[in-house]
Amino acid sequence: MSLLQNIRSFKLTLKQRKMGLYLTLIICSLFFLLPIYVLLVTSFKGFAEVSEGNMWALPLKATFAAFEKAFTKLGPSFINSLILTVPATLISALLGSLNGYILSKWRFKGANLIFVLMLFGMFIPYQSILIPLVQFLQKIGLYGNLIGLIIVHIIYGLPITTLIFRNYYSEIPDELIEAAHVDGQGIMGTYLYIIFPISLPAFVVVIIWQFTNIWNEFLFAITITQNPEQQPVTVALQDLSGTFIKEWNVQMAGAFLAALPTLLIYIILGKYFIRGLLAGSVKG
Amino acid sequence: MVRSRKDIAIGMSIVIPCFLVLAVFVYGFIGWTLTVSFTAWEGVLPNWEFVGLKNFATLFSTQRFQIDLLNTVFFSIFFLGFCVLFGFTLAILLDKITTGAAVFRNIFLFPLAISFVVTGVIWRWIFNPSVGINALINSTVGVNIAWRWYTDTSSVCGFHIALIPVVIAAGWQLTGYIMAMVLAGLRAIPVEIFESAAIDGAGEFRKLFNIIIPHLKPILLSALIVLGHISLKIFDLVYTMTGRGTAFVTDFPGIYMFETTFQGHFYAEGAGISIIMLMLVAIVIIPYLYSILKKERV
Amino acid sequence: MRKMLGLVLLCGLLVLTLAFYACGSKQGEKKLEVFSWWTAGGEAEGLEAMRKIFINQNPDVEFINATVAGGAGSNAQAVLATRMQGGSPPDTFQVHAGLELIGSWVVAGAMEPLNFLFEENDWMSVYPQGVIEIISQDHKIYSVPVNIHRSNVLWYNKAIFNKFGLDPPETLDDFFTVAEVLADEGITPLALGDNGIWAATHLFENILLGALGPEKYKGLWTGKVKWDSADVKAALKTFVKVLGYVNTDHAALSWDGAAQYVIDGKCAMTVMGDWAHGYFKAKGLKPGVDYGWMPSPGTIGAFNMLSDSFGLPKNAPHRKIAIKWLTVCGSKAGQDAFNPIKGSIPARTDADRNLYDAYLLSAMNDFSSDTIVPSCAHGAAAAQSWVTKIHDVMSIFVAEKDVEKAAREFQAAASRFANK
Repeated sequence: MSLLQNIRSFKLTLKQRKMGLYLTLIICSLFFLLPIYVLLVTSFKGFAEVSEGNMWALPLKATFAAFEKAFTKLGPSFINSLILTVPATLISALLGSLNGYILSKWRFKGANLIFVLMLFGMFIPYQSILIPLVQFLQKIGLYGNLIGLIIVHIIYGLPITTLIFRNYYSEIPDELIEAAHVDGQGIMGTYLYIIFPISLPAFVVVIIWQFTNIWNEFLFAITITQNPEQQPVTVALQDLSGTFIKEWNVQMAGAFLAALPTLLIYIILGKYFIRGLLAGSVKG
Repeated sequence: MVRSRKDIAIGMSIVIPCFLVLAVFVYGFIGWTLTVSFTAWEGVLPNWEFVGLKNFATLFSTQRFQIDLLNTVFFSIFFLGFCVLFGFTLAILLDKITTGAAVFRNIFLFPLAISFVVTGVIWRWIFNPSVGINALINSTVGVNIAWRWYTDTSSVCGFHIALIPVVIAAGWQLTGYIMAMVLAGLRAIPVEIFESAAIDGAGEFRKLFNIIIPHLKPILLSALIVLGHISLKIFDLVYTMTGRGTAFVTDFPGIYMFETTFQGHFYAEGAGISIIMLMLVAIVIIPYLYSILKKERV
Repeated sequence: MRKMLGLVLLCGLLVLTLAFYACGSKQGEKKLEVFSWWTAGGEAEGLEAMRKIFINQNPDVEFINATVAGGAGSNAQAVLATRMQGGSPPDTFQVHAGLELIGSWVVAGAMEPLNFLFEENDWMSVYPQGVIEIISQDHKIYSVPVNIHRSNVLWYNKAIFNKFGLDPPETLDDFFTVAEVLADEGITPLALGDNGIWAATHLFENILLGALGPEKYKGLWTGKVKWDSADVKAALKTFVKVLGYVNTDHAALSWDGAAQYVIDGKCAMTVMGDWAHGYFKAKGLKPGVDYGWMPSPGTIGAFNMLSDSFGLPKNAPHRKIAIKWLTVCGSKAGQDAFNPIKGSIPARTDADRNLYDAYLLSAMNDFSSDTIVPSCAHGAAAAQSWVTKIHDVMSIFVAEKDVEKAAREFQAAASRFANK
């Protein structure tokens, strides 16, 4: 009897502990969701309601006016961001795949040194190359437009994409390459027929990672694209907040629009996003 | 394994050009920036007159730059501390539950997918002294705390109070990263170790300090290096959230460099700032890369 | 499956992107790219009004309105700089008349003198001599001013002043007397919003002007008056005293937020350029009824001016068309179209007075009779590099209030940049 009571009380404390655990997690979640609440609540308010300063209250009358205005202002730059991000992502992923393949499966002398020297490029503060970069792009006539920015993102995306693919390919057994060799395939044949077809998971990780990073990037974008007609959405959003009267509802709606593509990718393909995140920190 | 010379040559003909382009854009441009930092280039047109270390001497005696360095140190400490403590706790908590773990994990991680610019715009409003958190507390608790958040110009032992909101916003965005790293690390600890510890009657704390933390050390170290170099380079978030701030309370080298170079036309000075930023990052990153290179050679 | 879906989506996007490249604009012969930071409100509408005049005269020209928002023009100036360095200047660009243009682009040899344009159109007789001086270097004129703004204006809430039977302050001493009364009544006397980079400098330059008078103030920019002189230190002390009467949250506000405090009656006055007039009107206030104006304390008889102007860069891709645009900018029709909407007065003295409201008419009167001095915070008095350093000193001074140190650093900047 007493044993039974003991077990029951133990179970109760376990349950209590579980509840405490969940309660803590819920409170922490509130902290993470708070900005999203503010973002959504404000976006649906009219300008008059925002000016009154009740930023925390639910909208008295939900309206899409702020979204409409944000969309007319950010729409073109949203398309610019797509024009920028899609090719930059795909090309840097492809180059990263080739480099990663060669650096992991066809190590020539000095390959490791090259790899590490490449990696350094992913950590530098980009301020330290900004002045020459601007001058260089001006010289070759690509300053101020999206093509210049695409090239910049491809080049500075090489280290991370190479890293992720190299790690992925080093898990593939060498026997596979040798089997291909026996079949008479050279370096490129092996890549095309053996490696590339099984690279899909790594491609997904890299593409998501690059898409998110390039979409969200700000320093290159604000320095290199001067013309509003060429600006990516992050720069346009920053401009939106610098204008005459502070229309917080339009800013929040704009922020929502700017965050939407990467958020959607995260929601749909979150698993791969996290893989990229972990891969990004180098296998140590 | 046989690798024909021809294949190696093809391989090199792909890697080497990529590497060379990158080398020009990274090492070549850094060299160029370094050169600019030794010149007297001030104004809209280049001036290549060599002035040695004068720009660096000027920088270190400029109050704005001194404040920036101090801000960087304090920000890095508090930002890393916030992320590690909070992220670690979240991971340990999440590891204990199964139902709903995925939901919570996603909630803690989604900020990583968002641009620093978006984060800055949102948190700037949350910490706005007249309509933000203050108004919320006022309307719910009825107390007007009148805290000035990022507009506060006071400091404690050189730490600017105004940095607190910036630390919170940056922590909001990157805590999930530590959590994901720790979770991955926890999964990698063999179950047997926990089992034998349980047989020994080890409590939660002994488990934490004797098993979990030692096992997670390498993963935490690389996570700290990644976050550390982010905090040394910070620009987007602060630029959109607070800007330099009155009396530079929320100024960082990245903002100073951007403003002085592209708005004030002090190119040599801006180059000097970015070289110092690079050296700060290099102190953290080069030993790390060196350790990778050594490991690869074995 | 999700992976495939994602890849298919991305490929679709790539095709879409390529389609966008394909339908990019063709290179046309007759184009005009006008670069400015007039992105919103009255200034954008004013620009539009001038564009209409231009297009009526030149219907076959494609007008490219290249604007860069943000930072009261500082973003635009950064962009302009990189374009000019890269040898791809716009056909013409907006620039603050004075040293902001002369100290950077004229010194660098990047601008074309415009004396021929002033002579052809007989503008020398319609622009005041003070303005011609500010836009010239070695007797060469480098830009066409389209408007004049006044920096030294004190705006005040009439209801508050009537309620307490106060007169708007004429001198700095008056200001402190009035401020004392208001503070006793629980009203913050002066609204300041120095969240942006320049607003503290703006207030300070007008206190300098009030304390030193126009001649010594002008001497500061030519090196004749020292920044560590007793006069400037006294002005700095006055500035510190004034800061004792401003709203505590000034660092969180921008200038329009400060103007709003005056509208709401939270504060009684604010010192701001006359673009504040446009803000008050946009908020539905009646000039002279809801709010009044005065030259800022101690500056009666002085007109602290800034001006937006357009210049002609060397190697402008469409030089002939750019000159046509500059002709519109300098014409009576162009300025009378632009200024009533922008809320500024024309740089020419022969404007159609029927188009302007009470405030602008009073500014026009003062402009024709007062001593004209250049504004520092808005690029007329000093080159961009000098102004940058002044802003940096101000930013710290506002918090530390260390008069000696500020004077020392101001002088250090002046000896580095004056006459350069």
